[in-house]
Amino acid sequence: MLRIQCPFCGLRDHSEFSYGSDASVEYPPLDGSQEAWHDAVFQRENIDGVQFETWQHTLGCRMWIVVERNTRTHDILSVRPAHDGIAQALNPSLMIEPDQ
Amino acid sequence: MNTRRLATGGQINRNKPLAFEWDGKQLTGYEGDSLASALLASGETILGRSFKYHRPRGLMSAGVEESGAIVTIGTGARRDANVKATSQALYDGLVAKGQNAWPSVRNDFGAVNTLFGRFFSAGFYYKTFMGLPPFEWGEGTGAWMWYEKIIRKAAGMGTASRKADPDAYEHANGYCDILVVGSGPAGRSAALSAAQSGCDVVLAEQDFALGGESLSRAEETDTLPQELAALRNAGVRLMENTTAFGLYDGGVAGLLERVTDHLSTPPRWMPRQRFWTMRSRFTIIASGALERHLAFGNNDRPGIMTANAAKIYLSRYGILAGENIVIATNNDSAYLTASSLSNAGARVTLLDSREQVLNSSQAGAQSAGVDVQHGMSILNAKGSKGVYSIDLAEKSSVGWSAKNQMACDLLLVSGGWSPVVNLLSHRGLKPVWDSVNACFIAPEHHEPIAMAGSAAGIWDHAECVQSGEQAAAHAVTHLHGQRSQTPNQSGGWETPIEGLYEISVPGHQHKSFVDPQHDVTADDIRLAHQEGFVSVEHLKRYTTLGMATDQGKMGNVIGLALMAEALGKEIPEVGTTTFRPPYTPISIGALKGRNVGSHFRPLRRTPLHDWNLNAGGTMTMAGLWHRPWYFAQPGEGIGEAYVRETETVRRTVGVCDVTSLGKIAVQGPDATEFLNRVYTNPFAKLAVGKARYGIMLRDDGFVMDDGTTWRLGENDYFMTTTTAHAAKVMTFLEELLQTRWQNLRVHLTSVSEQWAGIAVAGPQSREVITECAADPRKVTDPALPFMGVIETTLKGNIPARIARISFSGERAFEIYIPSDYGPAAMDMIWSAARVRAGCLYGLEALGALRIEKGHVTGAELDGRVTIEDAGLGRMASDKKSYIGSVLKNRPELLKNDRPRLVGIFPKDRREIFNAGSILCQSDNVSGYGNGWVTAVTHSPALGHWIGLGFIEGGHSNWADRDVVCADPLRKGNTPVEIVSPHMFDPSGDRMYG
Repeated sequence: MLRIQCPFCGLRDHSEFSYGSDASVEYPPLDGSQEAWHDAVFQRENIDGVQFETWQHTLGCRMWIVVERNTRTHDILSVRPAHDGIAQALNPSLMIEPDQ
Repeated sequence: MNTRRLATGGQINRNKPLAFEWDGKQLTGYEGDSLASALLASGETILGRSFKYHRPRGLMSAGVEESGAIVTIGTGARRDANVKATSQALYDGLVAKGQNAWPSVRNDFGAVNTLFGRFFSAGFYYKTFMGLPPFEWGEGTGAWMWYEKIIRKAAGMGTASRKADPDAYEHANGYCDILVVGSGPAGRSAALSAAQSGCDVVLAEQDFALGGESLSRAEETDTLPQELAALRNAGVRLMENTTAFGLYDGGVAGLLERVTDHLSTPPRWMPRQRFWTMRSRFTIIASGALERHLAFGNNDRPGIMTANAAKIYLSRYGILAGENIVIATNNDSAYLTASSLSNAGARVTLLDSREQVLNSSQAGAQSAGVDVQHGMSILNAKGSKGVYSIDLAEKSSVGWSAKNQMACDLLLVSGGWSPVVNLLSHRGLKPVWDSVNACFIAPEHHEPIAMAGSAAGIWDHAECVQSGEQAAAHAVTHLHGQRSQTPNQSGGWETPIEGLYEISVPGHQHKSFVDPQHDVTADDIRLAHQEGFVSVEHLKRYTTLGMATDQGKMGNVIGLALMAEALGKEIPEVGTTTFRPPYTPISIGALKGRNVGSHFRPLRRTPLHDWNLNAGGTMTMAGLWHRPWYFAQPGEGIGEAYVRETETVRRTVGVCDVTSLGKIAVQGPDATEFLNRVYTNPFAKLAVGKARYGIMLRDDGFVMDDGTTWRLGENDYFMTTTTAHAAKVMTFLEELLQTRWQNLRVHLTSVSEQWAGIAVAGPQSREVITECAADPRKVTDPALPFMGVIETTLKGNIPARIARISFSGERAFEIYIPSDYGPAAMDMIWSAARVRAGCLYGLEALGALRIEKGHVTGAELDGRVTIEDAGLGRMASDKKSYIGSVLKNRPELLKNDRPRLVGIFPKDRREIFNAGSILCQSDNVSGYGNGWVTAVTHSPALGHWIGLGFIEGGHSNWADRDVVCADPLRKGNTPVEIVSPHMFDPSGDRMYG
């Protein structure tokens, strides 16, 4: 069983979470081209190694998180809130420095 | 075998005799006995019959690797098959039976198979019975299917009870810093030092007694109780009867605790077994090592066991298993055993295959009276129900040669030791071959796991204790976030082990077993090699080596060695198969825990559940929900009840519990924009106080869900979803806001549990609402028009949200009240409906009403349907973009001949047809047909059966064509007419009026 460090609830069993999808996918705008939407929805890499995944803490805080996971070893390298604003609020070091 | 229980010694309580039954015989053992030791002490030698040849088998070991004494415990519904007698604690009243034998294990007719043994080589059944001439020469496997049933009966294990399991099982969750597996010397020293360093330690022991190897070391048995007390005092949680059966990701271990399997009358409140999910930060595996057999002629006879087993029966159970004992070994470990057996009064001959031994224990053995012979081993054992003599083999420069016979009544074998690396292997780490010690040991790895004691290939007792302490130190370092190395050095024998696996002499043909539990012989392995099965994974599957319930604990290494020899390779080049959980079998009951019967899945009840039951409702399952199905009046069945309810709704008024619909509060300054992006139809201009029916698509352009959304305020919406998709919609909307549309200021709250929902439908619904409303002026036609929404109160100051929306096609309202007010509101609404000759209606009538109107629901929106297919294309805006708007326009999804929603009438209006049938042209009933039927009902409004379904191109395409509703397995073909899905009141006058 994977154990995932939820940024809001702490270390929990993966059975509390639901897998979402590949977090590296950038969805096109709603009026994007059919090709772009086709690629975003259907074309996925089957990565052997480290990949970013979205998960939802369904049976906990219901927050969506981004998990950096090694698909070969199941090691979880990092976890952060999927929402950038919330991630920054939790960890100000992620704040993008304004230009000097 | 001349077995006797000694007057003293061992970990048994001679003052506490326990009566038990074996194959109908009444026998006695003592407290502290295993079933195996009690049977052995009672002189029972034949305890099982082998899998394929039905050869008599006796005890081969004293632990979980047992392949001979596999028995059935208990009777009736509590019958438990394939239990190893060696790991079953004896209790008063235990009932055990032999298995795979008829009429008994002593006299088994199946033993006739042995006579034909030379034919039953690997793959025998497949080679013989598949494509059996002359019926299916070179053809398929039809006859095999028939033979297989008979063949399967002849071979096999015990049979499970067919009755429901009367016992309770539990799931439990545990947490600790360090999990130690095994309570032998290494496990105990690891647990103690870890606990003394301040760690929270759990120690799991599979045996019913704690101590492991120490239970059979005479010099330790006195101090063991104090050691265990010291562990408890240090805070170690000791779990006996608990097998660590698997290691998983994230430091999770699966433990099976046998709570009552050793009790004669378990208290009723106790679960039989407990399935632990144990989460630890570090695992120390001190699971010991298992002694191997050697392959020689008839090495499976009763009266042949491992040397260590005899030592355990002697030291732990006070049983001297034979009087005239021969021990065959290739390593040092058997010397101590030989001495103890000799000291206990047996005549002992030790055959050491090694020609030269530098061994101080050899001197010990000789002074204890053991006859030690070097360069000697065993070629063949004689006797079928017990050993009475052996043929010796002598080593020469060219191999083994046959020597004289020798009488004995017990033959002990020590073919080396295999560290139990199974748990580590569960983590995907391949064990590596240690050629010096002739065994597989743990590879280098970075898991938070350390091996200790003989599980690490360490044989010396003091070094085992030390390796436990080192493992604990390593674990503590790891917990502090630092790295360290485990300095384990395998070995510890004075004279190295000889890599000996099989003794055979050309010209002497005997059955020599490699995997006794599956009757795999050394010749089977060679045959597999000859036939080209040279990969170890193929070898395993072809011969079934290592696939019995012991998973190759006894035979795998010998099998690999023989294959390596046949290939002319070294063992590491042949490789090893992967061990997978569970280490020992675990019951299905423990896996399911309490999730059985009505606890199999959660049950959701609406706040009106009891109200519905009191009103005479019959309930049905809708997903996890219990919903009213119909409300039968005296003399009615479901058929009469739903037809009456449907008629009543169309004639006067009906009331229905619709609480199970999903309800989501969508709030925030950007809520309007958000809804406008997720619904296909425009929401930007929905006025406050209005509701709108909406369709949501998935990213791929297919319909996800539908429902109504009510605008309660400027930034405040109340969304309803279908019952089935409530959770899915919530999750998807949350994902959109937290990932793709992070700048939208919207908050979602699931309020499905907070509001009870009641639908009031029918021509007189307005009167019912008016009677219940605190202020009747708020619910007049102008104040609450079609698709209007109000927040108001009912009489008795009950808060309510009311919308005039209709699923039934009648003038209708949905009323939501806070859940706790549900029954009170229902009382009031039902009184008002009842005096107007109204009715309560359930899911069946709800279905009939919507089918008449052609309204879609889960049966139609099955995830393969586009908005056009569902006949709702007019709801897909072309003036805005929304989720799915791009991919719904894929060329394939725009084709005109896609299956479209249609209504279905039987040609002969008196006929009935079934949902799930396929729609075909009447002259071409074949394949998938041209469409399918999703729902049928009797329509009181139309006076005959009707249906909804999908057919290529929709109803206009099929207006004048002959169509049948094909249901070949149930009803046959029914000629039908394809019509518009709007079968009743297509103009909607009743709904809008």
